[in-house]
Amino acid sequence: MRVIALVKRILKQIVRDKRTMALLIMAPILVLTMLHLVFNGENYKPKVGFVDLPTALVEQLDDADEATVNLYETTDEAQTALKERDIDGYVSRSGTSLQLTLEGSDPTINGATMKWLQESLKSLNPDSSAAMLEVNYLHGSSKMSQFDSFGPVLLGFFIFFFVFLIAGVSFLRERTTGTLERLLCSPLRKWEIVIGYVIGFGIFTMIQATIIASYAIYVLGMMMEGAFIYVLVITLLLSLTALTLGVLLSAFANNELQMIQFIPLVIVPQIFFSGLFNLETISDYLSWVGPLTPLYYGADALRNVMIRGYGWGEISFDLLMLAGFSLLFMILNILALKKYRSI
Amino acid sequence: MNPIVQMEQVTKHFGKQEVLKGISLDINEGEIFGLLGPSGAGKTTLVKQLVGLEVPSTGKNKVFSIVMPSLDVISKIGYMAQSDALYGELTARENLQFFASLYGLNGARQKERIQACMEIVQLNDHTDKQVSNYSGGMKRRLSLAIALIHEPKLLILDEPTVGIDPVLRKSIWESFYELKKQGVTIIVTTHVMDEADKCDRLGMIRDGHLIAVGTPHALKESMNSTSLEDAFLSYGGGN
Repeated sequence: MRVIALVKRILKQIVRDKRTMALLIMAPILVLTMLHLVFNGENYKPKVGFVDLPTALVEQLDDADEATVNLYETTDEAQTALKERDIDGYVSRSGTSLQLTLEGSDPTINGATMKWLQESLKSLNPDSSAAMLEVNYLHGSSKMSQFDSFGPVLLGFFIFFFVFLIAGVSFLRERTTGTLERLLCSPLRKWEIVIGYVIGFGIFTMIQATIIASYAIYVLGMMMEGAFIYVLVITLLLSLTALTLGVLLSAFANNELQMIQFIPLVIVPQIFFSGLFNLETISDYLSWVGPLTPLYYGADALRNVMIRGYGWGEISFDLLMLAGFSLLFMILNILALKKYRSI
Repeated sequence: MNPIVQMEQVTKHFGKQEVLKGISLDINEGEIFGLLGPSGAGKTTLVKQLVGLEVPSTGKNKVFSIVMPSLDVISKIGYMAQSDALYGELTARENLQFFASLYGLNGARQKERIQACMEIVQLNDHTDKQVSNYSGGMKRRLSLAIALIHEPKLLILDEPTVGIDPVLRKSIWESFYELKKQGVTIIVTTHVMDEADKCDRLGMIRDGHLIAVGTPHALKESMNSTSLEDAFLSYGGGN
């Protein structure tokens, strides 16, 4: 079949180009290793729930601008709010002492919440130390590092970035060397070209994602609560989105340098909405951009699996969105090829 | 003779620039038809319309009596573009295998065709060499071999012998005559006059106009000139 011929050719080309292949696999590994060695961590206004605390205490704690306080009747209500990520943690009574339960997937937020509570309690009652506070975690633990928290986002980002670049440039080359025109002088259909690229690069991306994710998880010890297979499915869908977007944008570039010029326009802004920076501290003028970027969903799904240990139920929406993006870009690609041959 | 290609009042403009101006032309089955003209005359735009890569602004092109572009007709045409559209990372054989499979040629038949086409262009000693190591002339010949791979009934070659030395050029033209004997129609574009002399019929193109059509002999005769070059200049001047 013609698509198979195209897939075979693409795979052969990737294997022959040792340097590109090395870049796709080694560059993310290198950068992740460096981040692992380097990373450290900012000001955040925690959202805290109070469960059935004495009114006097609540009034005194609630006066500060440093935290948002929600009140709950029961621990169950607070627990639900915590799971929905409406709050970062809640304070409840456990015997005579207070108990803080944290959502836990972001160490910065954990730290900020604990610090706020400890300082507020101290100012109320300078004599008693913060030792009476007992801390629990819904996800993660006090041992979770910055790298564990950002890791899944970075993993997704690097795979997205490199697949975007390499798929974009290889399709660009197909155009500038005239081979695309040559393909269109053959009975190959336009959709077959797009599908061929998706499968060819998809196979390679599977291998790439497996190697990079295993390295990050098993060698660097990145936190991994969920099943590995979910990570693979997410990264595969994320790279398909990157691939189809790269191929699509390559239609608007005339050479490799112009392809590189898309990085600050298309790739870098996605980092801002990927969850690497707290989404709630982003200005309202910009926050609507997040849901329009593929990495927003990819990173959310990876965090859900790797930190929170979630499965299908929680990531299916993200996966659906990524599949939707890929499909949209594929259709646009087929339409863009009309410029070269009308049928 | 049956016309295999019929161009009917074809014009093409890109924006305000008119590249083809009302071209009507019939090309018959089994002939070697040369399109002669200086660079920028519209030769490439014309042949691209015949392979379905361009659509006329007005008028229509029929190939095998079907209006182009049509996928059925596309698979009967062998096209060699002006630039060598090859995959440098792959060997010549892999390039040929790839294009052969696009036309549904597989297995033993594919092997046979690769062997035959590489013989025509005299590259059979270099079949397993990576294309990025090929010289310019070798790439040109490999492009020709690819255009021949699916035994097309119509061969459209855009400046096929650029960068090929005279000895090889001669042998390539011999293979054109050989293909012609097998009933293949060949359309070549060229700006080299001595090559034009070898065609059965010629169409002279200048500034998007088809200024003259006829056998090389008739064209020379009608302008009382001894060479095609003179004939071309007098036609151009008379326009």
